[in-house]
Amino acid sequence: MADQPSRPADDHDDERRDFLTLTAGAMAGVGACCVAWPLVQSMNPAADVLALASTEVDLSQVKEGQSITVVWRGKPVFIRRRTQAEIDEARAVPESDLKDPQSDQDRVKQSNFSGQDMPQWLVMIGVCTHLGCVPLGQKPTDPHGNYDGWFCPCHGSQYDSSGRIRQGPAPKNLEIPPYQFTDANHVKIG
Amino acid sequence: MASSERVNFKNPVIKWVDERLPLFSLMHKEYAAFPTPKNFNYLWNFGALAMFMLVAMIATGVFLAMYYTPSTDHAFNSVERIMRDVNWGWMIRYIHMNGASMFFIAVYVHIFRGIYYGSYKKPRELLWILGVIILLLMMATAFMGYVLPWGQMSFWGATVITNLFSAIPLVGDKIVTWLWGGFSVDNPTLNRFYALHYLLPFVIFAVVFLHVAALHISGSNNPTGIDPKSAKDTVPFHPYYTAKDCFGLTVFLIFYALVVFYAPNALGDPDNYIPANPMVTPAHIVPEWYFLPFYAILRSFVWDIHIPFTHVVLISSKLGGVILMFGAVAMLLILPWLDKSPVRSAMFRPLYKKLFWVFVVACLVLGYIGGKPPEQPYVFIGQIATFVYFAFS
Repeated sequence: MADQPSRPADDHDDERRDFLTLTAGAMAGVGACCVAWPLVQSMNPAADVLALASTEVDLSQVKEGQSITVVWRGKPVFIRRRTQAEIDEARAVPESDLKDPQSDQDRVKQSNFSGQDMPQWLVMIGVCTHLGCVPLGQKPTDPHGNYDGWFCPCHGSQYDSSGRIRQGPAPKNLEIPPYQFTDANHVKIG
Repeated sequence: MASSERVNFKNPVIKWVDERLPLFSLMHKEYAAFPTPKNFNYLWNFGALAMFMLVAMIATGVFLAMYYTPSTDHAFNSVERIMRDVNWGWMIRYIHMNGASMFFIAVYVHIFRGIYYGSYKKPRELLWILGVIILLLMMATAFMGYVLPWGQMSFWGATVITNLFSAIPLVGDKIVTWLWGGFSVDNPTLNRFYALHYLLPFVIFAVVFLHVAALHISGSNNPTGIDPKSAKDTVPFHPYYTAKDCFGLTVFLIFYALVVFYAPNALGDPDNYIPANPMVTPAHIVPEWYFLPFYAILRSFVWDIHIPFTHVVLISSKLGGVILMFGAVAMLLILPWLDKSPVRSAMFRPLYKKLFWVFVVACLVLGYIGGKPPEQPYVFIGQIATFVYFAFS
Protein backbone atom coordinates (compact mmCIF):
# COMPACT_ATOMS: atom_id res chain seq x y z
CA MET A 1 0.00 0.00 0.00
CA ALA A 2 1.23 3.43 -0.87
CA ASP A 3 0.46 5.08 2.44
CA GLN A 4 2.24 2.47 4.55
CA PRO A 5 5.93 2.81 5.21
CA SER A 6 7.69 0.15 3.20
CA ARG A 7 9.56 -2.34 5.31
CA PRO A 8 12.69 -4.05 4.19
CA ALA A 9 11.89 -7.57 3.03
CA ASP A 10 13.27 -9.92 5.64
CA ASP A 11 12.86 -13.63 6.32
CA HIS A 12 9.93 -12.98 8.61
CA ASP A 13 8.07 -11.16 5.84
CA ASP A 14 8.69 -14.04 3.40
CA GLU A 15 7.31 -16.55 5.88
CA ARG A 16 4.23 -14.38 6.34
CA ARG A 17 3.72 -14.24 2.56
CA ASP A 18 4.09 -18.02 2.26
CA PHE A 19 1.62 -18.54 5.08
CA LEU A 20 -0.93 -16.25 3.45
CA THR A 21 -0.50 -17.91 0.05
CA LEU A 22 -0.86 -21.39 1.51
CA THR A 23 -3.91 -20.60 3.64
CA ALA A 24 -5.61 -18.74 0.80
CA GLY A 25 -4.84 -21.64 -1.54
CA ALA A 26 -6.13 -24.17 0.98
CA MET A 27 -9.37 -22.20 1.45
CA ALA A 28 -9.85 -22.00 -2.31
CA GLY A 29 -9.30 -25.78 -2.49
CA VAL A 30 -11.88 -26.41 0.23
CA GLY A 31 -14.28 -24.11 -1.60
CA ALA A 32 -13.75 -25.94 -4.89
CA CYS A 33 -14.44 -29.28 -3.21
CA CYS A 34 -17.62 -27.87 -1.63
CA VAL A 35 -18.84 -26.83 -5.07
CA ALA A 36 -17.82 -30.13 -6.67
CA TRP A 37 -19.58 -32.29 -4.07
CA PRO A 38 -23.21 -31.50 -5.04
CA LEU A 39 -22.32 -31.86 -8.72
CA VAL A 40 -20.73 -35.28 -8.21
CA GLN A 41 -23.50 -36.33 -5.82
CA SER A 42 -26.17 -35.35 -8.36
CA MET A 43 -25.09 -38.29 -10.50
CA ASN A 44 -26.02 -40.83 -7.80
CA PRO A 45 -29.50 -42.43 -7.89
CA ALA A 46 -32.26 -39.84 -7.38
CA ALA A 47 -34.90 -40.16 -4.67
CA ASP A 48 -37.54 -41.63 -6.99
CA VAL A 49 -35.08 -44.23 -8.26
CA LEU A 50 -34.22 -45.19 -4.68
CA ALA A 51 -37.88 -45.43 -3.72
CA LEU A 52 -38.41 -48.58 -5.78
CA ALA A 53 -41.04 -50.89 -4.39
CA SER A 54 -40.34 -54.48 -3.59
CA THR A 55 -41.70 -57.17 -5.90
CA GLU A 56 -44.11 -59.87 -4.78
CA VAL A 57 -44.22 -63.06 -6.82
CA ASP A 58 -46.83 -65.83 -6.98
CA LEU A 59 -45.03 -69.18 -7.09
CA SER A 60 -48.07 -71.46 -7.34
CA GLN A 61 -47.80 -71.78 -11.12
CA VAL A 62 -44.14 -72.76 -11.13
CA LYS A 63 -43.70 -76.51 -11.55
CA GLU A 64 -40.68 -78.55 -10.53
CA GLY A 65 -37.86 -78.02 -13.01
CA GLN A 66 -39.29 -74.69 -14.18
CA SER A 67 -37.80 -71.23 -13.88
CA ILE A 68 -39.37 -67.81 -14.02
CA THR A 69 -37.75 -64.39 -14.42
CA VAL A 70 -39.17 -61.37 -12.62
CA VAL A 71 -38.04 -57.75 -12.61
CA TRP A 72 -36.72 -56.15 -9.44
CA ARG A 73 -34.99 -52.75 -9.47
CA GLY A 74 -34.73 -52.93 -13.25
CA LYS A 75 -32.81 -56.19 -13.06
CA PRO A 76 -33.96 -59.72 -13.81
CA VAL A 77 -34.37 -62.06 -10.83
CA PHE A 78 -34.25 -65.80 -11.52
CA ILE A 79 -36.59 -67.98 -9.49
CA ARG A 80 -36.08 -71.69 -10.09
CA ARG A 81 -37.93 -74.60 -8.59
CA ARG A 82 -35.17 -77.14 -8.64
CA THR A 83 -35.49 -80.89 -9.08
CA GLN A 84 -34.12 -83.21 -6.41
CA ALA A 85 -31.37 -84.24 -8.83
CA GLU A 86 -30.23 -80.64 -9.16
CA ILE A 87 -30.22 -80.12 -5.40
CA ASP A 88 -28.25 -83.34 -4.87
CA GLU A 89 -25.79 -82.35 -7.56
CA ALA A 90 -25.23 -78.95 -5.99
CA ARG A 91 -24.79 -80.41 -2.50
CA ALA A 92 -22.36 -83.11 -3.64
CA VAL A 93 -19.75 -80.58 -4.76
CA PRO A 94 -16.89 -80.18 -2.25
CA GLU A 95 -16.39 -76.52 -1.38
CA SER A 96 -12.71 -76.78 -2.27
CA ASP A 97 -13.77 -77.09 -5.91
CA LEU A 98 -15.45 -73.71 -5.85
CA LYS A 99 -14.02 -70.39 -6.91
CA ASP A 100 -16.30 -68.50 -4.51
CA PRO A 101 -16.85 -71.16 -1.80
CA GLN A 102 -20.42 -71.23 -0.48
CA SER A 103 -22.58 -74.22 0.40
CA ASP A 104 -25.88 -74.79 -1.35
CA GLN A 105 -27.58 -74.65 2.06
CA ASP A 106 -26.40 -71.06 2.47
CA ARG A 107 -27.95 -70.07 -0.83
CA VAL A 108 -31.54 -71.13 -0.06
CA LYS A 109 -33.90 -70.10 2.73
CA GLN A 110 -36.30 -71.36 5.32
CA SER A 111 -39.88 -70.35 4.90
CA ASN A 112 -40.75 -67.51 7.25
CA PHE A 113 -44.18 -68.81 7.73
CA SER A 114 -43.66 -72.52 8.34
CA GLY A 115 -40.01 -72.65 9.36
CA GLN A 116 -39.40 -75.41 6.80
CA ASP A 117 -36.34 -75.60 4.64
CA MET A 118 -37.22 -74.84 1.04
CA PRO A 119 -34.18 -76.11 -0.86
CA GLN A 120 -36.15 -76.42 -4.08
CA TRP A 121 -36.48 -72.63 -4.42
CA LEU A 122 -33.45 -70.84 -5.71
CA VAL A 123 -33.84 -67.05 -5.91
CA MET A 124 -30.96 -65.12 -7.50
CA ILE A 125 -30.28 -61.88 -9.31
CA GLY A 126 -29.94 -62.95 -12.92
CA VAL A 127 -26.95 -60.80 -13.65
CA CYS A 128 -23.56 -62.30 -14.39
CA THR A 129 -21.03 -61.15 -11.78
CA HIS A 130 -18.46 -60.64 -14.50
CA LEU A 131 -19.78 -57.74 -16.54
CA GLY A 132 -23.52 -57.75 -15.99
CA CYS A 133 -25.02 -59.81 -18.82
CA VAL A 134 -28.10 -61.96 -18.23
CA PRO A 135 -26.97 -65.61 -18.25
CA LEU A 136 -28.90 -68.15 -20.30
CA GLY A 137 -30.46 -71.23 -18.72
CA GLN A 138 -33.94 -70.16 -17.70
CA LYS A 139 -35.58 -72.05 -20.55
CA PRO A 140 -35.15 -75.80 -21.03
CA THR A 141 -33.85 -75.13 -24.55
CA ASP A 142 -31.16 -72.69 -23.36
CA PRO A 143 -27.56 -73.78 -22.93
CA HIS A 144 -26.93 -74.66 -19.28
CA GLY A 145 -23.15 -74.95 -19.34
CA ASN A 146 -21.26 -77.99 -18.06
CA TYR A 147 -22.76 -77.79 -14.55
CA ASP A 148 -26.52 -77.97 -15.22
CA GLY A 149 -27.03 -74.35 -14.33
CA TRP A 150 -26.57 -71.15 -16.27
CA PHE A 151 -24.25 -70.07 -19.04
CA CYS A 152 -23.34 -66.46 -19.73
CA PRO A 153 -23.08 -65.90 -23.48
CA CYS A 154 -20.98 -62.76 -23.18
CA HIS A 155 -17.71 -64.11 -21.84
CA GLY A 156 -18.44 -67.75 -21.22
CA SER A 157 -18.95 -67.92 -17.43
CA GLN A 158 -20.68 -71.09 -16.24
CA TYR A 159 -22.79 -71.38 -13.10
CA ASP A 160 -23.93 -74.64 -11.47
CA SER A 161 -27.39 -75.70 -10.31
CA SER A 162 -26.90 -73.58 -7.20
CA GLY A 163 -25.91 -70.50 -9.24
CA ARG A 164 -22.29 -70.75 -8.13
CA ILE A 165 -19.48 -69.78 -10.48
CA ARG A 166 -17.65 -72.84 -11.74
CA GLN A 167 -15.81 -71.79 -14.86
CA GLY A 168 -15.02 -68.61 -16.78
CA PRO A 169 -14.07 -65.06 -15.89
CA ALA A 170 -16.84 -64.20 -13.39
CA PRO A 171 -15.39 -63.76 -9.88
CA LYS A 172 -18.47 -64.49 -7.73
CA ASN A 173 -21.57 -66.64 -7.45
CA LEU A 174 -24.85 -65.19 -8.72
CA GLU A 175 -26.01 -62.76 -6.06
CA ILE A 176 -28.89 -63.62 -3.74
CA PRO A 177 -31.26 -60.65 -3.28
CA PRO A 178 -32.98 -59.95 0.04
CA TYR A 179 -36.25 -61.91 -0.01
CA GLN A 180 -38.67 -63.81 2.18
CA PHE A 181 -41.49 -66.28 1.75
CA THR A 182 -44.69 -64.60 2.87
CA ASP A 183 -46.77 -67.81 2.62
CA ALA A 184 -46.53 -71.20 0.93
CA ASN A 185 -46.93 -69.74 -2.54
CA HIS A 186 -45.57 -66.21 -2.37
CA VAL A 187 -42.15 -64.65 -2.16
CA LYS A 188 -41.39 -60.99 -1.60
CA ILE A 189 -38.16 -59.68 -3.11
CA GLY A 190 -36.60 -56.52 -1.68
CA MET B 1 2.89 -15.56 -30.92
CA ALA B 2 2.83 -14.07 -34.38
CA SER B 3 2.64 -10.42 -33.41
CA SER B 4 6.27 -9.82 -34.32
CA GLU B 5 5.88 -11.57 -37.66
CA ARG B 6 2.94 -9.75 -39.16
CA VAL B 7 2.25 -10.37 -42.79
CA ASN B 8 1.65 -7.26 -44.84
CA PHE B 9 -1.78 -8.04 -46.31
CA LYS B 10 -2.94 -6.06 -49.33
CA ASN B 11 -6.65 -6.38 -48.76
CA PRO B 12 -7.56 -3.36 -46.53
CA VAL B 13 -10.27 -5.24 -44.60
CA ILE B 14 -7.95 -8.15 -43.80
CA LYS B 15 -5.20 -5.68 -42.93
CA TRP B 16 -7.54 -3.76 -40.61
CA VAL B 17 -8.60 -6.94 -38.78
CA ASP B 18 -5.09 -8.36 -38.68
CA GLU B 19 -3.65 -5.25 -37.02
CA ARG B 20 -6.20 -5.59 -34.22
CA LEU B 21 -6.34 -9.39 -33.97
CA PRO B 22 -3.59 -11.16 -35.92
CA LEU B 23 -5.69 -14.13 -36.96
CA PHE B 24 -4.67 -13.98 -40.59
CA SER B 25 -0.99 -13.70 -39.72
CA LEU B 26 -1.38 -16.70 -37.44
CA MET B 27 -3.07 -18.75 -40.16
CA HIS B 28 -0.38 -17.75 -42.60
CA LYS B 29 2.39 -18.74 -40.23
CA GLU B 30 0.90 -22.06 -39.09
CA TYR B 31 -0.83 -23.27 -42.24
CA ALA B 32 0.81 -21.56 -45.20
CA ALA B 33 4.45 -20.76 -44.55
CA PHE B 34 4.87 -23.54 -41.94
CA PRO B 35 8.04 -25.39 -43.02
CA THR B 36 7.41 -29.11 -43.55
CA PRO B 37 9.88 -31.85 -44.50
CA LYS B 38 9.66 -32.48 -48.20
CA ASN B 39 9.88 -36.26 -48.04
CA PHE B 40 6.45 -37.10 -46.53
CA ASN B 41 4.78 -40.24 -47.85
CA TYR B 42 1.01 -40.74 -48.01
CA LEU B 43 0.90 -41.98 -44.41
CA TRP B 44 1.32 -38.34 -43.43
CA ASN B 45 -2.17 -37.61 -44.79
CA PHE B 46 -3.97 -39.31 -41.97
CA GLY B 47 -3.62 -36.59 -39.34
CA ALA B 48 -5.42 -34.15 -41.59
CA LEU B 49 -7.98 -36.84 -42.45
CA ALA B 50 -8.66 -37.40 -38.76
CA MET B 51 -9.13 -33.67 -38.26
CA PHE B 52 -11.55 -33.58 -41.16
CA MET B 53 -13.51 -36.47 -39.62
CA LEU B 54 -13.74 -34.65 -36.28
CA VAL B 55 -15.30 -31.64 -37.99
CA ALA B 56 -17.62 -33.86 -40.06
CA MET B 57 -18.77 -35.70 -36.92
CA ILE B 58 -19.50 -32.47 -35.05
CA ALA B 59 -21.34 -31.00 -38.04
CA THR B 60 -23.59 -34.03 -38.66
CA GLY B 61 -24.00 -34.62 -34.92
CA VAL B 62 -25.46 -31.18 -34.31
CA PHE B 63 -28.21 -31.83 -36.87
CA LEU B 64 -28.95 -35.30 -35.51
CA ALA B 65 -29.26 -33.79 -32.03
CA MET B 66 -32.10 -31.61 -33.29
CA TYR B 67 -34.25 -34.74 -33.75
CA TYR B 68 -32.91 -37.22 -31.22
CA THR B 69 -34.80 -37.75 -27.94
CA PRO B 70 -32.69 -39.02 -25.02
CA SER B 71 -35.27 -41.10 -23.20
CA THR B 72 -35.54 -44.87 -22.93
CA ASP B 73 -39.13 -44.68 -24.22
CA HIS B 74 -38.35 -42.58 -27.28
CA ALA B 75 -34.65 -42.94 -28.15
CA PHE B 76 -34.97 -45.95 -30.47
CA ASN B 77 -38.05 -44.55 -32.22
CA SER B 78 -36.57 -41.09 -32.60
CA VAL B 79 -33.57 -42.61 -34.40
CA GLU B 80 -35.92 -44.61 -36.65
CA ARG B 81 -37.81 -41.40 -37.34
CA ILE B 82 -34.55 -39.73 -38.39
CA MET B 83 -34.00 -42.69 -40.73
CA ARG B 84 -37.48 -42.70 -42.26
CA ASP B 85 -39.20 -39.31 -41.92
CA VAL B 86 -36.66 -36.55 -41.43
CA ASN B 87 -35.49 -34.94 -44.69
CA TRP B 88 -32.11 -36.45 -45.57
CA GLY B 89 -32.07 -37.87 -42.04
CA TRP B 90 -30.99 -41.31 -43.27
CA MET B 91 -27.96 -39.80 -44.98
CA ILE B 92 -26.95 -37.57 -42.10
CA ARG B 93 -27.19 -40.50 -39.71
CA TYR B 94 -25.30 -42.91 -41.96
CA ILE B 95 -22.57 -40.28 -42.41
CA HIS B 96 -22.35 -39.87 -38.64
CA MET B 97 -22.57 -43.58 -37.84
CA ASN B 98 -19.94 -44.65 -40.39
CA GLY B 99 -18.00 -41.47 -39.68
CA ALA B 100 -17.04 -42.98 -36.32
CA SER B 101 -15.46 -45.92 -38.14
CA MET B 102 -13.72 -43.64 -40.64
CA PHE B 103 -12.42 -41.49 -37.78
CA PHE B 104 -10.95 -44.57 -36.10
CA ILE B 105 -9.44 -45.85 -39.37
CA ALA B 106 -7.71 -42.49 -39.87
CA VAL B 107 -6.55 -42.33 -36.25
CA TYR B 108 -5.30 -45.93 -36.10
CA VAL B 109 -3.26 -45.49 -39.29
CA HIS B 110 -1.97 -42.19 -37.85
CA ILE B 111 -0.90 -44.01 -34.64
CA PHE B 112 0.76 -46.94 -36.41
CA ARG B 113 2.59 -44.46 -38.63
CA GLY B 114 3.82 -42.70 -35.47
CA ILE B 115 5.02 -46.02 -34.02
CA TYR B 116 6.74 -47.12 -37.23
CA TYR B 117 8.63 -43.88 -37.78
CA GLY B 118 9.36 -43.20 -34.11
CA SER B 119 7.32 -40.01 -34.03
CA TYR B 120 6.91 -40.39 -30.25
CA LYS B 121 10.59 -39.90 -29.53
CA LYS B 122 12.22 -36.80 -28.12
CA PRO B 123 11.30 -33.95 -28.57
CA ARG B 124 7.76 -35.12 -29.47
CA GLU B 125 6.83 -37.03 -26.28
CA LEU B 126 4.20 -34.54 -25.17
CA LEU B 127 2.80 -34.35 -28.68
CA TRP B 128 2.44 -38.14 -28.61
CA ILE B 129 0.83 -38.15 -25.14
CA LEU B 130 -1.71 -35.54 -26.25
CA GLY B 131 -2.49 -37.89 -29.14
CA VAL B 132 -3.09 -40.83 -26.78
CA ILE B 133 -5.39 -38.58 -24.71
CA ILE B 134 -7.32 -37.80 -27.90
CA LEU B 135 -7.61 -41.54 -28.55
CA LEU B 136 -8.99 -42.12 -25.03
CA LEU B 137 -11.50 -39.27 -25.43
CA MET B 138 -12.52 -40.66 -28.81
CA MET B 139 -13.12 -44.08 -27.30
CA ALA B 140 -15.31 -42.61 -24.57
CA THR B 141 -17.23 -40.49 -27.07
CA ALA B 142 -17.73 -43.33 -29.55
CA PHE B 143 -18.86 -45.68 -26.80
CA MET B 144 -21.45 -43.22 -25.46
CA GLY B 145 -22.62 -42.38 -28.96
CA TYR B 146 -23.23 -46.05 -29.67
CA VAL B 147 -25.50 -46.25 -26.60
CA LEU B 148 -27.80 -43.44 -27.80
CA PRO B 149 -29.92 -45.39 -30.37
CA TRP B 150 -30.91 -47.67 -27.46
CA GLY B 151 -30.83 -50.92 -29.41
CA GLN B 152 -29.88 -54.26 -27.90
CA MET B 153 -26.15 -53.77 -28.50
CA SER B 154 -26.36 -50.21 -27.16
CA PHE B 155 -27.89 -51.41 -23.92
CA TRP B 156 -25.71 -54.46 -23.41
CA GLY B 157 -22.55 -52.74 -24.54
CA ALA B 158 -23.24 -50.02 -21.99
CA THR B 159 -23.91 -52.65 -19.33
CA VAL B 160 -20.70 -54.56 -19.99
CA ILE B 161 -18.45 -51.51 -20.24
CA THR B 162 -19.83 -49.71 -17.17
CA ASN B 163 -19.52 -52.97 -15.25
CA LEU B 164 -15.77 -52.90 -15.93
CA PHE B 165 -15.58 -50.39 -13.10
CA SER B 166 -17.09 -52.88 -10.65
CA ALA B 167 -13.76 -54.72 -10.85
CA ILE B 168 -12.16 -51.93 -8.79
CA PRO B 169 -11.68 -53.32 -5.26
CA LEU B 170 -13.87 -51.98 -2.40
CA VAL B 171 -15.55 -49.02 -4.12
CA GLY B 172 -16.27 -50.66 -7.49
CA ASP B 173 -20.00 -51.25 -6.98
CA LYS B 174 -20.54 -47.73 -5.64
CA ILE B 175 -18.80 -46.27 -8.68
CA VAL B 176 -20.98 -48.30 -11.04
CA THR B 177 -24.17 -47.14 -9.29
CA TRP B 178 -22.88 -43.60 -9.53
CA LEU B 179 -22.17 -43.99 -13.25
CA TRP B 180 -25.65 -45.43 -13.84
CA GLY B 181 -27.57 -43.07 -11.59
CA GLY B 182 -29.57 -46.15 -10.60
CA PHE B 183 -29.26 -49.90 -10.17
CA SER B 184 -28.99 -50.78 -13.82
CA VAL B 185 -28.36 -49.03 -17.12
CA ASP B 186 -31.56 -47.01 -17.47
CA ASN B 187 -33.00 -43.61 -18.30
CA PRO B 188 -30.59 -41.57 -16.11
CA THR B 189 -27.67 -43.36 -17.77
CA LEU B 190 -28.96 -42.60 -21.26
CA ASN B 191 -29.47 -38.93 -20.40
CA ARG B 192 -25.98 -38.41 -19.03
CA PHE B 193 -24.39 -40.29 -21.92
CA TYR B 194 -26.17 -37.95 -24.31
CA ALA B 195 -24.94 -34.88 -22.43
CA LEU B 196 -21.38 -36.19 -22.44
CA HIS B 197 -21.54 -37.37 -26.05
CA TYR B 198 -22.34 -33.79 -27.01
CA LEU B 199 -19.66 -32.31 -24.74
CA LEU B 200 -16.64 -34.55 -25.37
CA PRO B 201 -16.14 -33.77 -29.09
CA PHE B 202 -15.50 -30.16 -28.13
CA VAL B 203 -13.00 -31.32 -25.52
CA ILE B 204 -11.37 -33.41 -28.26
CA PHE B 205 -11.31 -30.32 -30.44
CA ALA B 206 -9.45 -28.42 -27.72
CA VAL B 207 -6.91 -31.23 -27.24
CA VAL B 208 -6.45 -31.47 -31.03
CA PHE B 209 -5.64 -27.75 -30.95
CA LEU B 210 -2.94 -28.42 -28.33
CA HIS B 211 -1.74 -31.45 -30.34
CA VAL B 212 -1.30 -29.27 -33.43
CA ALA B 213 0.25 -26.44 -31.39
CA ALA B 214 2.81 -28.90 -29.98
CA LEU B 215 3.45 -30.24 -33.48
CA HIS B 216 4.19 -26.73 -34.70
CA ILE B 217 6.77 -26.25 -31.94
CA SER B 218 8.82 -29.37 -32.74
CA GLY B 219 7.91 -29.56 -36.43
CA SER B 220 6.82 -32.72 -38.23
CA ASN B 221 8.76 -35.95 -38.18
CA ASN B 222 9.43 -37.58 -41.57
CA PRO B 223 10.02 -41.08 -42.96
CA THR B 224 13.76 -41.00 -42.29
CA GLY B 225 13.31 -39.82 -38.72
CA ILE B 226 16.15 -37.37 -39.26
CA ASP B 227 15.31 -33.74 -38.64
CA PRO B 228 15.62 -31.39 -41.62
CA LYS B 229 19.04 -29.78 -41.53
CA SER B 230 18.26 -26.60 -43.40
CA ALA B 231 15.55 -24.71 -45.21
CA LYS B 232 16.50 -26.71 -48.32
CA ASP B 233 15.02 -29.85 -46.73
CA THR B 234 11.62 -28.28 -46.20
CA VAL B 235 8.78 -26.86 -48.25
CA PRO B 236 6.02 -24.50 -47.09
CA PHE B 237 2.86 -26.31 -46.03
CA HIS B 238 0.84 -24.39 -48.60
CA PRO B 239 0.51 -25.19 -51.46
CA TYR B 240 2.55 -28.41 -51.26
CA TYR B 241 0.84 -30.30 -48.46
CA THR B 242 -2.54 -28.59 -48.67
CA ALA B 243 -2.67 -29.98 -52.20
CA LYS B 244 -1.45 -33.43 -51.16
CA ASP B 245 -3.89 -33.52 -48.22
CA CYS B 246 -6.73 -32.53 -50.58
CA PHE B 247 -5.84 -35.40 -52.89
CA GLY B 248 -5.66 -37.83 -49.96
CA LEU B 249 -8.96 -36.50 -48.66
CA THR B 250 -10.62 -37.05 -52.02
CA VAL B 251 -9.54 -40.70 -52.13
CA PHE B 252 -10.61 -41.15 -48.51
CA LEU B 253 -13.98 -39.51 -49.17
CA ILE B 254 -14.63 -41.82 -52.14
CA PHE B 255 -14.09 -44.79 -49.86
CA TYR B 256 -16.23 -43.18 -47.15
CA ALA B 257 -19.03 -42.43 -49.63
CA LEU B 258 -18.96 -46.02 -50.92
CA VAL B 259 -19.49 -47.27 -47.38
CA VAL B 260 -22.21 -44.71 -46.60
CA PHE B 261 -24.19 -45.29 -49.77
CA TYR B 262 -23.58 -48.95 -50.59
CA ALA B 263 -22.80 -50.70 -47.31
CA PRO B 264 -23.95 -48.41 -44.51
CA ASN B 265 -24.58 -51.27 -42.08
CA ALA B 266 -21.63 -53.46 -43.00
CA LEU B 267 -19.63 -52.30 -39.98
CA GLY B 268 -22.54 -52.29 -37.54
CA ASP B 269 -24.28 -55.11 -35.70
CA PRO B 270 -27.81 -56.05 -36.83
CA ASP B 271 -28.79 -56.63 -33.19
CA ASN B 272 -28.73 -52.89 -32.66
CA TYR B 273 -31.88 -52.60 -34.76
CA ILE B 274 -33.73 -54.51 -32.04
CA PRO B 275 -34.97 -52.16 -29.28
CA ALA B 276 -33.12 -52.54 -25.97
CA ASN B 277 -34.48 -55.24 -23.68
CA PRO B 278 -32.95 -55.39 -20.18
CA MET B 279 -34.26 -58.93 -19.68
CA VAL B 280 -32.59 -60.60 -22.67
CA THR B 281 -28.88 -60.55 -23.44
CA PRO B 282 -28.04 -61.05 -27.12
CA ALA B 283 -26.26 -64.33 -27.87
CA HIS B 284 -22.96 -62.59 -28.64
CA ILE B 285 -22.21 -59.15 -27.32
CA VAL B 286 -19.75 -57.66 -29.74
CA PRO B 287 -18.46 -54.10 -29.60
CA GLU B 288 -17.87 -52.01 -32.71
CA TRP B 289 -14.85 -53.15 -34.72
CA TYR B 290 -12.59 -50.39 -33.43
CA PHE B 291 -12.83 -51.77 -29.89
CA LEU B 292 -12.40 -55.45 -30.76
CA PRO B 293 -8.65 -55.76 -30.00
CA PHE B 294 -9.19 -54.25 -26.54
CA TYR B 295 -12.24 -56.46 -25.99
CA ALA B 296 -10.16 -59.54 -26.85
CA ILE B 297 -7.51 -58.48 -24.32
CA LEU B 298 -10.21 -58.06 -21.68
CA ARG B 299 -11.42 -61.60 -22.26
CA SER B 300 -8.01 -63.24 -22.47
CA PHE B 301 -7.30 -63.04 -18.72
CA VAL B 302 -9.11 -66.02 -17.21
CA TRP B 303 -7.06 -66.94 -14.15
CA ASP B 304 -7.10 -65.57 -10.62
CA ILE B 305 -3.73 -64.59 -9.21
CA HIS B 306 -3.45 -66.02 -5.70
CA ILE B 307 -1.04 -65.40 -2.90
CA PRO B 308 1.04 -68.58 -3.28
CA PHE B 309 -0.32 -71.68 -1.47
CA THR B 310 -3.47 -69.93 -0.20
CA HIS B 311 -6.93 -69.18 -1.48
CA VAL B 312 -6.55 -65.44 -0.96
CA VAL B 313 -7.17 -63.87 -4.34
CA LEU B 314 -4.83 -61.00 -5.08
CA ILE B 315 -6.14 -60.12 -8.52
CA SER B 316 -9.33 -61.74 -9.75
CA SER B 317 -9.58 -62.70 -13.39
CA LYS B 318 -12.10 -59.89 -13.83
CA LEU B 319 -9.80 -57.22 -12.42
CA GLY B 320 -6.88 -58.71 -14.31
CA GLY B 321 -8.67 -58.39 -17.64
CA VAL B 322 -9.63 -54.82 -16.89
CA ILE B 323 -6.10 -53.88 -15.78
CA LEU B 324 -4.70 -55.49 -18.92
CA MET B 325 -7.14 -53.65 -21.17
CA PHE B 326 -6.41 -50.23 -19.69
CA GLY B 327 -2.75 -51.24 -19.60
CA ALA B 328 -2.88 -51.68 -23.37
CA VAL B 329 -3.59 -47.97 -23.72
CA ALA B 330 -1.29 -46.96 -20.84
CA MET B 331 1.51 -48.77 -22.68
CA LEU B 332 1.09 -46.26 -25.51
CA LEU B 333 1.33 -43.39 -23.02
CA ILE B 334 4.75 -44.45 -21.76
CA LEU B 335 6.02 -45.66 -25.14
CA PRO B 336 8.44 -42.69 -25.52
CA TRP B 337 10.32 -43.98 -22.46
CA LEU B 338 9.99 -47.72 -23.13
CA ASP B 339 11.83 -47.40 -26.41
CA LYS B 340 15.34 -46.30 -25.57
CA SER B 341 16.82 -46.47 -29.06
CA PRO B 342 18.24 -43.15 -30.27
CA VAL B 343 17.20 -44.01 -33.84
CA ARG B 344 13.70 -42.87 -34.70
CA SER B 345 12.60 -44.45 -37.94
CA ALA B 346 12.12 -48.19 -38.44
CA MET B 347 13.80 -47.67 -41.83
CA PHE B 348 17.13 -47.91 -40.01
CA ARG B 349 16.10 -50.48 -37.34
CA PRO B 350 15.80 -53.91 -39.04
CA LEU B 351 14.81 -55.86 -35.92
CA TYR B 352 12.35 -53.20 -34.78
CA LYS B 353 10.86 -53.22 -38.26
CA LYS B 354 10.12 -56.96 -38.01
CA LEU B 355 8.75 -56.62 -34.48
CA PHE B 356 6.54 -53.76 -35.63
CA TRP B 357 4.85 -56.01 -38.16
CA VAL B 358 4.50 -58.78 -35.57
CA PHE B 359 2.76 -56.18 -33.39
CA VAL B 360 0.45 -55.13 -36.23
CA VAL B 361 -0.46 -58.78 -36.86
CA ALA B 362 -1.08 -59.28 -33.12
CA CYS B 363 -3.45 -56.31 -33.14
CA LEU B 364 -5.31 -57.67 -36.17
CA VAL B 365 -5.53 -61.14 -34.61
CA LEU B 366 -6.86 -59.61 -31.40
CA GLY B 367 -9.42 -57.73 -33.46
CA TYR B 368 -10.52 -60.95 -35.14
CA ILE B 369 -10.65 -62.84 -31.84
CA GLY B 370 -12.63 -60.04 -30.18
CA GLY B 371 -15.40 -60.59 -32.70
CA LYS B 372 -15.64 -64.32 -32.05
CA PRO B 373 -17.65 -66.10 -29.34
CA PRO B 374 -15.72 -66.87 -26.13
CA GLU B 375 -14.96 -70.47 -27.06
CA GLN B 376 -11.82 -72.43 -27.78
CA PRO B 377 -9.65 -72.18 -29.80
CA TYR B 378 -10.34 -68.46 -29.99
CA VAL B 379 -9.60 -67.88 -26.31
CA PHE B 380 -6.16 -69.47 -26.54
CA ILE B 381 -5.21 -67.60 -29.71
CA GLY B 382 -6.37 -64.40 -28.02
CA GLN B 383 -4.10 -65.11 -25.06
CA ILE B 384 -1.10 -65.58 -27.32
CA ALA B 385 -1.84 -62.37 -29.20
CA THR B 386 -2.27 -60.47 -25.92
CA PHE B 387 1.10 -61.74 -24.81
CA VAL B 388 2.66 -60.61 -28.05
CA TYR B 389 1.05 -57.19 -27.73
CA PHE B 390 2.63 -56.57 -24.35
CA ALA B 391 5.90 -58.26 -25.14
CA PHE B 392 6.31 -55.85 -28.02
CA SER B 393 5.79 -52.90 -25.76
